Amino acid sequence: MKYLQHTKQTKIYKMSENFRLDKGGLINRNKKISFKFNGKKYFGYEGDTLASALLANGVHLVGRSFKYHRPRGFFGAGVDEPYAIVQMNRNNEVDPNVRATEQELFEGLEAKSVNCWPNVNFDIGAINNFLNIFFPAGFYYKTFMWPKSFWYKIYEPIIRKAAGFGAASIKHDKERYEHKYEYCDLLIAGTGPSGLASAYAAAKNGAKVILAEDKSRYGGSLLTSEVTIGNQSGKEWAEQIISELKSMPNVIVKNRSQVFGYYDHNMLVMSERVSDHLPKTDKYTPKQRLWYIRAEQVIISSGSIERPLVFGNNDAPGVMLSSAAKEYLKIYGVLVGKNPIVFTNNDSGYETAIEFKKNGVDPIILDTRKDANSEIIKEAKELNINIKFSYVVVAAKGYKKVNSADIAKISDDKKVISNIENIKCDCICVSGFWTPTIHLASQSGSKTKFNEEIDAFVPSISKQKETTLGSANGVFTLEETLKTSFEKGSELSKQITNKENKISIPTVVEKKSSKHDKFWCVPLPEGKNYKRFLDFQNDVAVSDIQLALREGYRSIEHVKRYTTLGMATDQGKTSNLNGLQLVSEVENKVVPQVGHTTFRPPYTPVSIGAIVGREVGKHSKPTRKSPMHHWHEKNNAVFVDAGVWLRPRYYKRGNENLFEASKREAKNVRQNVGVCDVTTLGKIDIKGPDSAEFLNRVYTNAWLKLPVGKARYGVMLREDGIVMDDGTTTRISDNHYHMTTTTAQAANVLSHLEYYLQLVWPELNVNVVSSTEQWAGAAIAGPKSREVLQKLFPDLNVSNEGLPFMGYMEGNLFGVNAKIFRISFSGELAYEVNVESDNGNYMWEKIIEIGKEFNIQPYGTEALSTLRIEMGHVAGSELDGRTIPYDNSLEGLVSKKKDFIGKRSLSKTAYIAPDRQKIVGVVPIDKKTSIPEGSYLVKDAKAKLPNPKLGHVSASCWSVEYDNPFSLAILKDGKNMIGKKLFAMSPLKNKVIPVEIVSSHYVDPKGERVRS
Amino acid sequence: MLHIKCPYCGLRPQTEFSYGGDATVKRPELNKEVSDQDWDNFVYLRKSPRGKHLELWQHISGCRQWIKVERDTLTHEISTTYKANENI
Repeated sequence: MKYLQHTKQTKIYKMSENFRLDKGGLINRNKKISFKFNGKKYFGYEGDTLASALLANGVHLVGRSFKYHRPRGFFGAGVDEPYAIVQMNRNNEVDPNVRATEQELFEGLEAKSVNCWPNVNFDIGAINNFLNIFFPAGFYYKTFMWPKSFWYKIYEPIIRKAAGFGAASIKHDKERYEHKYEYCDLLIAGTGPSGLASAYAAAKNGAKVILAEDKSRYGGSLLTSEVTIGNQSGKEWAEQIISELKSMPNVIVKNRSQVFGYYDHNMLVMSERVSDHLPKTDKYTPKQRLWYIRAEQVIISSGSIERPLVFGNNDAPGVMLSSAAKEYLKIYGVLVGKNPIVFTNNDSGYETAIEFKKNGVDPIILDTRKDANSEIIKEAKELNINIKFSYVVVAAKGYKKVNSADIAKISDDKKVISNIENIKCDCICVSGFWTPTIHLASQSGSKTKFNEEIDAFVPSISKQKETTLGSANGVFTLEETLKTSFEKGSELSKQITNKENKISIPTVVEKKSSKHDKFWCVPLPEGKNYKRFLDFQNDVAVSDIQLALREGYRSIEHVKRYTTLGMATDQGKTSNLNGLQLVSEVENKVVPQVGHTTFRPPYTPVSIGAIVGREVGKHSKPTRKSPMHHWHEKNNAVFVDAGVWLRPRYYKRGNENLFEASKREAKNVRQNVGVCDVTTLGKIDIKGPDSAEFLNRVYTNAWLKLPVGKARYGVMLREDGIVMDDGTTTRISDNHYHMTTTTAQAANVLSHLEYYLQLVWPELNVNVVSSTEQWAGAAIAGPKSREVLQKLFPDLNVSNEGLPFMGYMEGNLFGVNAKIFRISFSGELAYEVNVESDNGNYMWEKIIEIGKEFNIQPYGTEALSTLRIEMGHVAGSELDGRTIPYDNSLEGLVSKKKDFIGKRSLSKTAYIAPDRQKIVGVVPIDKKTSIPEGSYLVKDAKAKLPNPKLGHVSASCWSVEYDNPFSLAILKDGKNMIGKKLFAMSPLKNKVIPVEIVSSHYVDPKGERVRS
Repeated sequence: MLHIKCPYCGLRPQTEFSYGGDATVKRPELNKEVSDQDWDNFVYLRKSPRGKHLELWQHISGCRQWIKVERDTLTHEISTTYKANENI
């Protein structure tokens, strides 16, 4: 093996930093920026990415690979980057999984490497590289199978620790993320030539256009290619089109915005990095914004990504895509090396080589083709660039950075390599031709087809309203791209706006390319077993795929999952096609037979914060407050969430705790009088001549004969016989009813009623509307409630005869119209007064003021529960979607005479079983130990597990009537269990409590108080 | 996210609607004898067709009307939407 001298460097350039050219690029050289990487300070310029700035400083080692912890550098210059994933520290927040190639530089930026410990230069995990024989494809499945007991305590924690790139913060993310909804005629993803041309044509036709670019600069390939459009350079043309589009009112132009998902009915989602490129997010500026865009038509102009060539150690830092090398040079003025090898199977590599040469660097081109001729190759030859045809890189040499390469001649049939020699180099720029970015098209449901000409899949038949243009569609000449894009943009927008503004398509000057070589994977030299990587992020090598196929994996989807090919955060942007080519080669198939794996959103990783948006913490749902909320606050109410409502749980006096306060409040209701805010109850206004008939079908009991001015308690079922809700409904006038529902079920009940009125019995002339917000309600309960009521309405006869139990009347509460219902949830003599919401607080203050002499106290939901539990009144914890009327001892309300919703289900065998579950009361035998809600009732506390469950405790309280704990339970054969002794078991609270079963009506079983 | 054309309000995003199941199920008439089998079919048994499916949606955050939507379960394509009482 001889060393080939390839180091004659003409030092005509000076570098301000190590690898930065003196001029050129699109960066702002007047603004120097300092930043830190792995704790070390560097400088870059405004307009740099973290990647370009590091490369300018000669930093190539930025991370460690996933499995083997091999040193990793930069491979690309954009979203396709598989290696350079860093952890950002910004605004006192950490941001993992950031691609250095996309992160723009700002003053004070701090980032560090991931997947290495203790640091990127000396990484303990790299031992995996030397143990790689133990990490073949599917090693997780093979290695950690035995002994089984090791999984939870040993294998899983270690794997979890080793897995993933970077670490998410466990702190609350203080950054602001926003959501935005937008409609447009045309959404265009990508601002390369096809995006710009189609957007321009569509905008001129008056269409509402959204044009999105994932990078900070517009123009795509026009920024780096040597072409002329009209009389401008590609870059100038792009700038002019963009500025014109920006000035048009019907166009939204967005940079730093990645359209990452294509969903049903032309809904696309785009993530805009609003402040990621700035040192700090302003208080009211979001860090990122998620756009939900509904587009009439979509144009996908997402371009293409260069394919790697596969050879030994092709993952070493310094091996990168030739297009990336060109981009670093042309956009950032950065040389990725001063002694480059360009290894290519097509003309694109030549463009990169020419750029190197023009900037004073002598590249060597290894072209896998036997010979090729084109304008580009001719130019390279004229520049005296060293071109070796039928040559390949066999292996890169150098651990943390490429320092040389073994190159060799390859036979015409590409099977045999010979004349291996080692040449010095500091980077290897590879080009294996181009892969159209068809992710969005595929997500939209488009069929794809394999294009033999370019060895890649392109979109074919659309399912949704989308069109893919330019190199994303496999069109690699600018002339054709511009022509089709102008035409398509005009055609699609014309269909929407009916306007047509003729645009003359500019003439294009570009260099013609010769045909690429289908060759992509260099054979191993005899006796060498270099790792040849396909998937750079997940460390999947050629040998892993071969092993998977040997082990019998056939479907590409299975091969993918077994080897993890294409499963990393880069989703195989650079690896998928080479993987497919390998599988088809080994299997002796053609690529389209193998097919490709499914492309799924998101195209690039999306922050969880952006997905959640502003709906975090208490903003995750609306908060509803009653009109009396302010009064509760002023009077030391402690609130509890009841659905979306905030309700007072208890009113704290002095040092009282929940238990003491709720006991005091409940006792006061039993002895004197209390007042409770019941505004949250669902209320539905029902009007129409068929209202009685409708209620008769909805409720289980009879409703036809309810007189005006009377309320009735009702239970409604679902069609399967399960209790849906309960409440009282009052006949206000002949054709007008006021229905109440539980707080939680209000919305469902309204939908339920609307369903039957609109779909099942449209012949019924009834209208329903929610009136929950229209009324503020106060329940006045206790033996002294009539006296309070009388004082509130001195003109009304509210005696037991004047306003009997379940009676209703209207009154005037000190100038305010009020509805008075004599109904009771507490089991005491009680009334509910409703006034219009605006008057709620006025009513409440009047009740408190007038009730003072009767020792009135407000009571919260905790006391409310206590009162209803010891009365045996069922609520949500019993009506839990699993119980029928019988279970709740509501069978007396089930009419035998008429039909109603769900009645037919009540005759089901299980529902009429003689030992059917039923509600009972439960009292601890020691009369001291409270029974945790959710406890199981069992016969024998010491029985072997699983101990047969007889029932469960649905609600518990401290009975203020008897001063001991009392619970309700749904118990099997509850009817015959009264007096029996059982055990309440709560493994969660580690309690076993001996209990006695009693009647669920613990207090006032005859219901005399409500009628008193 | 689906885009559903409410016959009253026009094209609206799916988030404004709530799903209501198979629209071809007919509730047995009241006060009529129904066999166990027929009742079970009505309450529990639903077809899961691959292809066109007539289903109920309620425009809960809009006009609150129950509507019928013909949707392809395979492609999510919505061919037609109907008012609740429209003859199909």
